[in-house]
Amino acid sequence: MERGYRRKRINRQIPEDEVITLENVTKSYSTGAPALNGVTLHIKRGEFVFIVGDSGSGKSTLIKLLLRELVPTDGEITVLGYNLRRIKHSKIPKFRRNLGIVFQDFRLLKDRNVYENVAFAQRIVQTPSREIKRNVPSILATVNLAGKYKSKINQLSGGEQQRVALARALVNRPAILLADEPTGNLDPNNSWEIMKLMEQINENGTTVIVVTHNREIVNAMKKRVITMKKGVIIEDEEEGMYIDED
Amino acid sequence: MRINSFFYTIGQGFKNLGRNKWYTLASIATISACLFLFGLFYAIITNFQHVVKTAEEGVSVTVFFNEGTTEDQILAVKSDLENRAEVREIVYVSAEEAWEGFKEQYLGDYSDGFTENPLADSANLQIYLSDVSLQPALVTYAESISVVRSVNRSEVTATTLSGVNKLIAYVSGGIIVILLLVSIFLISNTVTMGISVRKDEINIMKYIGATDFFVRAPFVVEGILIGIFGSIIPLVIVYFVYTKAIEYVASKFTMLSSLLNFLPVEVVYNKLIPISLALGIGIGFFGSFTTVRKHLHV
Repeated sequence: MERGYRRKRINRQIPEDEVITLENVTKSYSTGAPALNGVTLHIKRGEFVFIVGDSGSGKSTLIKLLLRELVPTDGEITVLGYNLRRIKHSKIPKFRRNLGIVFQDFRLLKDRNVYENVAFAQRIVQTPSREIKRNVPSILATVNLAGKYKSKINQLSGGEQQRVALARALVNRPAILLADEPTGNLDPNNSWEIMKLMEQINENGTTVIVVTHNREIVNAMKKRVITMKKGVIIEDEEEGMYIDED
Repeated sequence: MRINSFFYTIGQGFKNLGRNKWYTLASIATISACLFLFGLFYAIITNFQHVVKTAEEGVSVTVFFNEGTTEDQILAVKSDLENRAEVREIVYVSAEEAWEGFKEQYLGDYSDGFTENPLADSANLQIYLSDVSLQPALVTYAESISVVRSVNRSEVTATTLSGVNKLIAYVSGGIIVILLLVSIFLISNTVTMGISVRKDEINIMKYIGATDFFVRAPFVVEGILIGIFGSIIPLVIVYFVYTKAIEYVASKFTMLSSLLNFLPVEVVYNKLIPISLALGIGIGFFGSFTTVRKHLHV
């Protein structure tokens, strides 16, 4: 694990096994109420965490802050030892190589085939060609797409496309997997398949954070559930449930 | 950067051309159209300048000397003047040569009555200028030499040619600047459109952990390739148009072709090739470089 920055402004000592630390984080945009308001959160290595909440509760802002796409207005965020308030622009790529990200809309490159989409992630981090040829088939086998490596993206079902996105997120062996509504565009069967794959990945040691609206999955999987509302955490429970706020 | 990443980047630049066929074609067409106009205009201006230059070369200043000035003194003045920047060439015309020339041109057989050279004091220096606009400076200097009697010059020709030269410089400079500005505007719009379509690809690269350089490099390679194609196409077209135009003028307007001495295509292309390539590559490079930068802050 890389530790590029000292944690100067966090008073409490961050335990070694804590991979994500948010201390009183506020994120305000130019208009309206803050999207996040004084959020404090600690996630340990190897945890599987659901983040749930209605639209506008601050879930997406939280993911963007963890990716260092946004900078907090106030408070401190430390991910894998990187202080995301003070990280230099030139160090962001190196930081992001520790994360895998999966989006609701897959964000695959439609003009490339399955193999190329996954290999693309390895090319970007400048993995030698020999290793790419070894790693990509292996990760495609993990997500049950070994036979479809030559297929074009538009020849795949939604579930298959999300598995390609998952393979792309995992091929660089990230310490943390962030999934923003990964089952939002999938039918129940494909949704379960994706969640099982994520659980399997988590069992292998990767910290998994899933932002979702899928009540059935959250309630069935018995994982840590963080519930957000209007920019604050209102519930944080081990083996929690998706509480209907209405 | 690893060597395989370097080749990957170059390869992606080439592949991007095929992945975005319409954008590639639109960009190449825009650059080609602008550089075609530029090339055509450049060829016309260069020829025009050549015609003026040829006319300038015929303009001379004649220096006459005081009675009794020896040939050695005249030759000393000649070598002094030859060191000046305004001077391209000096021809010494002795009194005998001056008389022979006069007889041949004006008297013919009637010159038999002359036993002595009536132009005994007409030995002179014919000075051809490197730049006609410098004529006044040279005349002032020549007039200040003690053995010089008079300096003949054609003020009107020199002023007119120098004026035409300046006008060509201003007009061509202005048109080239306008053409370049229009080209840059059109091309940057095309490049912006093409890259905006691939904003998602840039975002994905940034999320995965690509450095700004790695994101930008394939687009810049693509921009440079578009610039190269965009400059080669108009160079080929202008080559044929120019050669055909010269042939046409030479065959259809024989009188005009004797007045207008067209430059050979090779002479025009000696400068047009590097200029067009530099413009095409430069526009492709800066267009893609600056446009990608707008999308890098993810």
